[in-house]
Amino acid sequence: METKISTYNRINKYTVQRSLTKVFKYFLLTSISVVYMIPIIWMLSTSLKTRGDIFAWPTVLFPAVPQWENYRIAFQSFPLLRFMGNSMVMVLLNILGELLAVPLIAYGFARLRFPGKSFLFMLVLATMMIPAQIKLIPLYKMYSSWGMLDTYVPLVLHSFFGGAFFIFLVVQYIRTTPTELDDAGRIDGLGSFGILYRIIMPMITPVLVLIVIYTFLWTWNEFLNPIIYLTTFEKFPIQVGLSMFKGRFDVQWNLFMAATFASLFPVLFLYFFVQKRLIGGIASVGIKG
Amino acid sequence: MEIKSFFATRRARQETRDGYLSILPWMIGFVIFFFLPVLKSLYYSFTEWSFMTEPIWVGLANYKHMFTDDPLFYKALSVTFNYVLLSLPIKLVLGIFLALFLNWKIRGMNIYRTLFYIPAVVSGVSVSLMWMSLLQPDTGIVNTLLSYVGIQGPKWFWDPRWALISVASLSVWRVGGSAVIYLAGLQNIPPQLYEAADIDGASKYRQFWRITLPLLTPTLFFQLIIEMIGSFKVFTEAFVITQGGPLKATYFYLFYFYEEAFQNANTGYASALVVVLVIIIMFFTAVTRYTSKHWVYYES
Repeated sequence: METKISTYNRINKYTVQRSLTKVFKYFLLTSISVVYMIPIIWMLSTSLKTRGDIFAWPTVLFPAVPQWENYRIAFQSFPLLRFMGNSMVMVLLNILGELLAVPLIAYGFARLRFPGKSFLFMLVLATMMIPAQIKLIPLYKMYSSWGMLDTYVPLVLHSFFGGAFFIFLVVQYIRTTPTELDDAGRIDGLGSFGILYRIIMPMITPVLVLIVIYTFLWTWNEFLNPIIYLTTFEKFPIQVGLSMFKGRFDVQWNLFMAATFASLFPVLFLYFFVQKRLIGGIASVGIKG
Repeated sequence: MEIKSFFATRRARQETRDGYLSILPWMIGFVIFFFLPVLKSLYYSFTEWSFMTEPIWVGLANYKHMFTDDPLFYKALSVTFNYVLLSLPIKLVLGIFLALFLNWKIRGMNIYRTLFYIPAVVSGVSVSLMWMSLLQPDTGIVNTLLSYVGIQGPKWFWDPRWALISVASLSVWRVGGSAVIYLAGLQNIPPQLYEAADIDGASKYRQFWRITLPLLTPTLFFQLIIEMIGSFKVFTEAFVITQGGPLKATYFYLFYFYEEAFQNANTGYASALVVVLVIIIMFFTAVTRYTSKHWVYYES
């Protein structure tokens, strides 16, 4: 009888301790999350403040009457929609370019045999190692001699030749797919490219989706190249437009944060749809190095 | 027999042709967008040149000027090094801690992971603007919260002593991105190791130092290189928030390069600047790689 009670007590103690640890874990994660989200919360709350609220002391965290029209004013006084449209054009062109070029190139590296392949693939990796900034001045000169400054060409053309990182990603992915299907295709009379578009492409859609997501994010968020190449206000992508907003409305933080949040909205929207795939994809890339 | 080998070579020839055809776009891109620009940059770095004129060969004059007669070069270099030293360790340590938390087996973990990864998809311009608002000396929330506990907050971006720290604090927020990569590293550690350690009675603390950290070193090494390269190339924050100021406190190397190349049209000198930056980055990458033999654990 006595032993039974002590066993019972021990189990009880164990479960209590376990649920306490769990509560502690939730508490810790939630409090870090709240602190971590302060910048976003602050941006949202500032975007809904009146001019008076911004300079109020003590600081107003949640405005009494949310000023939704700050968003309307921001959109009206500044061509935010146009900037976002410009960004979207570049996003779509870059996605098109990468999707045309990358599967083709990666297929060659992953499946076909030809002399010098491993050396050339090493070159692909080498291009990722050298910081892109070293190419800025010569490329600027090249586009300027082609008369293409202040157009979107310098910001999208390179995609049609395949990004090295994406090529690497897709090569790794194709290598994991079975080659038996290729052989079957060959017996049925498909050429190399028939195999690529009929057999390989359907198998690699997950990694192609990853390319679309990355290209969207990178193009949408790009800053250095657009400020170098674009000079006409109407052609600016959203990031450059936003950075100009600062000069015009120096102290109007409510409009400013409304514009910033509006620029983030497409990204966050996409992110919440694809977060599982994105986080999983990034993790697998990270490991493969 | 002969027919068979004829077909075999024909197939091999076809495959060779198809192979080169398929990677042709990359080869063209490699020459236009990589090989020629890198060579040209090297060449320009030995010339005196501004966009409008023809480059004039001046030998090592740009490099000589840079190292002996250009205080801005040293300023930009020291600001950038300080930034790397400030932000890199914080990012690594916080990233690992966060990854350990995000690896807990509790329900609803995906929500937390989603939240912590948000900063990685937010653009540099947006983060910069958000931080300017957060760190406003009079009305920003950080100084407001500090004032509640009786601390008079500094002027952050607008104070030369605090500006660099303020810029580095942006990277603390971006730590969620690296945490997700460490998380993948953690999840690749075989759970049997922990089970065995539990049976042997090793404490959680000991398990971290003896199992988790050693097995995480390959991921850590990879991430260290990526983050180091990224830190050397910091630019957007300086451009959007501080314009290199106040008193050149945030005069990052790439910002100096940008000003020389695209505002002052000193393209020859700017080429030399960027070549030196690339050499510095490659040097530190090589050092990390070389020393990795001693601290990165590879299963054999």
